[in-house]
Amino acid sequence: MSTLVVQDEVAEERHRFIEKLTPYLFISPWILGFLFFTLGPLIFSFIMSFYDWPVVGERTFVGLQNYQVMLTEDPLFWDSLWITVKFGLFFVPFNVILGLLLAVLLNQKVIGTGFFRTIFYLPSVISGVALVTIWAWIYSHEYGILNFLLGLAGIEGPNWLGDPNWSLLAIVIASLWGLGGTMLILLTGLQSIPKELYEAAKISGVPAWARLVYITIPMLSPMLLFTVITSIISAFQQLTIALLLTGGGPLESTYFFAMYIYDNAFKYFEMGFAAANSWVMFLIILALSMMVLKSSSAWVYYEGEMKKTEANDD
Amino acid sequence: MTRALTYGALLFLSAMFIIPFYWTFITAVKNIGELYQFPPVFWPDEVMWENFATAWFKQPFDVYLKNSVIVVVLSTIGQLFSCSLVAFGFARFQFKGRDAIFVLLLSTMMIPWDVKMIPLYMEFNMLGWINTLKPLIVPAYFADAFFVFLLRQYIMTVPIEIDEAARMDGANSWQIYWRIHLPLMMPALVLVGTFHFMNAWNDYLGPLIYLNDQSKYTLTLGLSMFKGLHETDITSIAAITVVLCIPPLILFFFAQRYIMDGSIGSSVKG
Repeated sequence: MSTLVVQDEVAEERHRFIEKLTPYLFISPWILGFLFFTLGPLIFSFIMSFYDWPVVGERTFVGLQNYQVMLTEDPLFWDSLWITVKFGLFFVPFNVILGLLLAVLLNQKVIGTGFFRTIFYLPSVISGVALVTIWAWIYSHEYGILNFLLGLAGIEGPNWLGDPNWSLLAIVIASLWGLGGTMLILLTGLQSIPKELYEAAKISGVPAWARLVYITIPMLSPMLLFTVITSIISAFQQLTIALLLTGGGPLESTYFFAMYIYDNAFKYFEMGFAAANSWVMFLIILALSMMVLKSSSAWVYYEGEMKKTEANDD
Repeated sequence: MTRALTYGALLFLSAMFIIPFYWTFITAVKNIGELYQFPPVFWPDEVMWENFATAWFKQPFDVYLKNSVIVVVLSTIGQLFSCSLVAFGFARFQFKGRDAIFVLLLSTMMIPWDVKMIPLYMEFNMLGWINTLKPLIVPAYFADAFFVFLLRQYIMTVPIEIDEAARMDGANSWQIYWRIHLPLMMPALVLVGTFHFMNAWNDYLGPLIYLNDQSKYTLTLGLSMFKGLHETDITSIAAITVVLCIPPLILFFFAQRYIMDGSIGSSVKG
């Protein structure tokens, strides 16, 4: 009799143990992936950044030397950083503002919304190499359709990819072609804004532009914040388009920071130095994202807060 | 007035988005003479359909296609399976450290890939995976954070009573996941599958970094090989670009009613 009770208890215990373990088993793929493909590499790259670490051969601890060389002796660091910042100053505002414009246009009751949504989202479907090769041919100095069309308007187009004054702009335009993703995110945001707000404003005679400024943008601001931060991140990680379209040229006018890291790692095989580069990029993105997040309390409007003020008004 | 303006803006912008596609297609089917004519030829005298076959056989594109299909199919299966498991774990259980782990998961979305790129390369090198397709497939079996987040939000919209009823009938957690939630989250899985398919199909940097032998190349790498040092084979690039666009377009066509469907958008917001 008593052994049976003990057996029951053991079974109970086992059952409870399995119950407790189950959730961890379900999430274990991500936990393992995080350890092997994120945390491990992060720690590893941090350690590497203090080493002279060629792919083959002796590894030597050099302390802060990689960081010091990068910041004080390698002009390419500052040049590529500056190019990335310039790119971001064009790309981030245009990506968000044009994405918003498209989303607002598509949120009107227009015929063929589905058609237009598909058109604007198409380039995001066909990204990468295909997208870049399309643009290389469009930009062609001699045979490109872009300069032909500009010529029809009486403008003499520049040698887009061959002229250092225009090459960065060319990459900005090609990148902006993929703003369908931003548009889609903002569109879902727009559709969740209560229609009554607009109707009330319309009845009170509020003009369309004011409805945009005082209703749409505040109500959409959490989504705008999200797109601003993801745009900053993608601006800094910009690599594929530049690598394929210009290879960093002409005269290093499109030599992005991500390309600097890529070259140091896979062209010069200076893995330790490249690891230090990537940590600097990480810190810059983190700092920028934090700044945007901090500033957001001034311009991002959460519905929860709105309800509070409404309650106060009552 | 505003109506006309809206349509005007939409039509103008869609032209900007469509012209590049049109131009690529027309470039693919021109003969050499028309290719280098200026002003440009907007419709070729004779449509050279054979350009597609010519471009395809200039390089072992059948091998590239096989490699791309292996990578895309195997990694998509991995992503769907692992992400749905993990999302179910986060959405349906109370356990110690859950919220902290979830915040950790969300924060990994902000880490630039550059930081991980070099150590990952060394890690795969140590495992002997360089110049194999494994680095492009295996990580997909360990759940992408963005997809987990999306699927979790979706599962959260399913009433918990359904789970409780199943448990009363003696179903265990695995059965609840497999028999109830997996079918229910099918629309969201289509969305995740589509996104991942596009990423994997279009990926250039991954194959570029991890693959050396031409026999291991994927389609995107093959396409970039047409860009020679001295001359670029424009017709072939355009032709292969058109071919490469077809699978994502077909997929997008069938998946778009799920993607554009408001229900997923609202479930993402929770």
